[in-house]
Amino acid sequence: MQDNPSLDLRDRGGPQQPLVIARDLRKYFPVKGGGGKAVQAVDDVSFTVAKGETLGVVGESGCGKSTLARLLLHLVPPDRGELVFDGEPVGVAGGLPVDALRRQVQMVFQDSYSSLNPRMPIRDSVAFGPFVQGKKKDEARKIAHDMLSKVGLDPSLFGPRYPHELSGGQKQRVNIARALATGPRMVILDEPVSALDKSVEAQVLNLLRALKRQFNLTFVFISHDLNIVQYISDRVLVMYLGRLVEIGPIDEIFDRPLHPYTRALLASRPSMDPTRRIEEPPITGDPPNPIDPPSGCRFHTRCPFAEGVCETTDPMLGSWEGLRSHVAACHMHDPRSGHSGIGTA
Amino acid sequence: MNCEIPLAEVRDLTVRFSSREATVHAVNGVSFTVQPGEVLCILGESGSGKSVTLRALMRLLPPRRTQIGGMVRVDGQDVLAMSSRELRDFRGGLVAMVFQEPMTALDPVYTVGQQIGETVRRHLGCDRRAARARALELLELVRIPSPDRRLDAYPHELSGGLRQRAMIAMALSCNPRLLLADEPTTALDATVQVQVLILLRRLQRELGMGMIFVTHDLGVAAEIADTVAVMYAGRIVESGPVAEVLAAPAHPYTAGLLASTVHGQPRGRDIDAIRGSPPDLRRLPPGCSFAPRCARRMRECRLTVPEPRFPAPGRMAACLAVMGPSAI
Repeated sequence: MQDNPSLDLRDRGGPQQPLVIARDLRKYFPVKGGGGKAVQAVDDVSFTVAKGETLGVVGESGCGKSTLARLLLHLVPPDRGELVFDGEPVGVAGGLPVDALRRQVQMVFQDSYSSLNPRMPIRDSVAFGPFVQGKKKDEARKIAHDMLSKVGLDPSLFGPRYPHELSGGQKQRVNIARALATGPRMVILDEPVSALDKSVEAQVLNLLRALKRQFNLTFVFISHDLNIVQYISDRVLVMYLGRLVEIGPIDEIFDRPLHPYTRALLASRPSMDPTRRIEEPPITGDPPNPIDPPSGCRFHTRCPFAEGVCETTDPMLGSWEGLRSHVAACHMHDPRSGHSGIGTA
Repeated sequence: MNCEIPLAEVRDLTVRFSSREATVHAVNGVSFTVQPGEVLCILGESGSGKSVTLRALMRLLPPRRTQIGGMVRVDGQDVLAMSSRELRDFRGGLVAMVFQEPMTALDPVYTVGQQIGETVRRHLGCDRRAARARALELLELVRIPSPDRRLDAYPHELSGGLRQRAMIAMALSCNPRLLLADEPTTALDATVQVQVLILLRRLQRELGMGMIFVTHDLGVAAEIADTVAVMYAGRIVESGPVAEVLAAPAHPYTAGLLASTVHGQPRGRDIDAIRGSPPDLRRLPPGCSFAPRCARRMRECRLTVPEPRFPAPGRMAACLAVMGPSAI
């Protein structure tokens, strides 16, 4: 966690105040001509992000993690729920305006190429953010120059180049430079290394760690790769079909996963040891469609421990007490649910 | 392994793509064999030449821009000398391929049953009813639920994982002896990927097929391969039984790849990344292509391309720092 978050002059709430509080966030996307149906992308999701931590977000296709990232930046407005940034509610009267939020939170996307204007030289792409925020041209250029160095790109060499002249790893470094040029406090990284080769992936992860320390940042790191999430995160949030199914400190989640879906996800990782191969798939079938999620617990149709209550009732997330809390939304673990509790071991 | 006539034999394969601007040296002297029933994994990053090598085995490269050299034999037949008619029998019949993107192989305007049926009728010459029965059999083989209903589904009506299974069914429809797979699980979710890998492994064993599986993922190689061949800049730099290569890599690139793959490294410490970037295939440096990034390089490495060395039975590494005889 941050050593001394109150050294940041923009800090309002102090070290104990979470940087982000998300409460009951909901976002449905109506299906065009679909007769009132909607993609239930994010459904009543609540969590916090502590100052200086790296919160990992994992889940498969249709889980809502990318929509969640956009909600955190207010790139899409939530249908319900609220977002509180350093103690101030966002986008409501008397609270923090959305453009003020965006000065403090930036995002790095998966697709390094489509994030960059193909007709702008790299140094202008990086200088653009500070310039738009009111810095003079010279100052914006100097910030761009410094940022390119900080991400390991020689500014005299790479500054004048265009995106198509750069490799995938280099483009991603530029995107990181661009995100940091405006001096944010938090960066949301949506699959930042997924499209990169393995040898480049390691370089970019090392860079992200160094920059986080150097600039006192908070990260929300979205990835489908559990190994990377384990390496880089302090806490992890697991999503399934728009719902938050488990959250907790990284070692807890990986050593003692509570939710059957988390267990299946962890057991699906290739073993790296040819003498200990996975013999049976941990779970069968594909993640279902978020337009028509199953009743009750959304995971019950694929869960080996599902019982009657799972089909009828939505499980609540266990009571969350603080950053060390490890909780799951699962009837199996709730003694008052009516579930037999078989499978908790 | 039964070492009679190899199922696939490749000797000194070279592939160049020429355009007005430049010539890309995609594959630069690749040699390997695959025995019947063996799974070879070609491991490499983008630009390594792994996908081009695979496509050369089925002559799927654009004929006008491509120059292929060397020898490719499958089941004793010279693939590079085949006529168009011979290739049409060969593709789908003796050898079949599954791709990363199922929609590469599946036509969106025909149902799954129609497409598999067409392949079966083309290669086995049976009538429509027999072809449909065969298609149903195949969907059951790849464990697609409600297969009779899915026969009449269009590809877009299936989820990603089911589309991938349908593509595998189509590839297997004429009992190929060799299955080529180009990153078939890379675009799939983790829980679906493991299902497809287990399926491929099971099918390969049951049907006695040889398989050449291209991937960038060491974990996938560990799950599926008998033998692994590591490619870099169009050459095989190391090969051997998968357990041995992963446990004790001989070539510095393989070692670097292993060290830089995130898999349980301690938090709070940097990952041992390979420095630098892969070379430009239009302008390969002289000597060993990996030398510019290699921590163990010597002066000699920049002079000539290292010959394969054989540090142990079944193991090969093209590296001057590896001890071992250079010819069997």
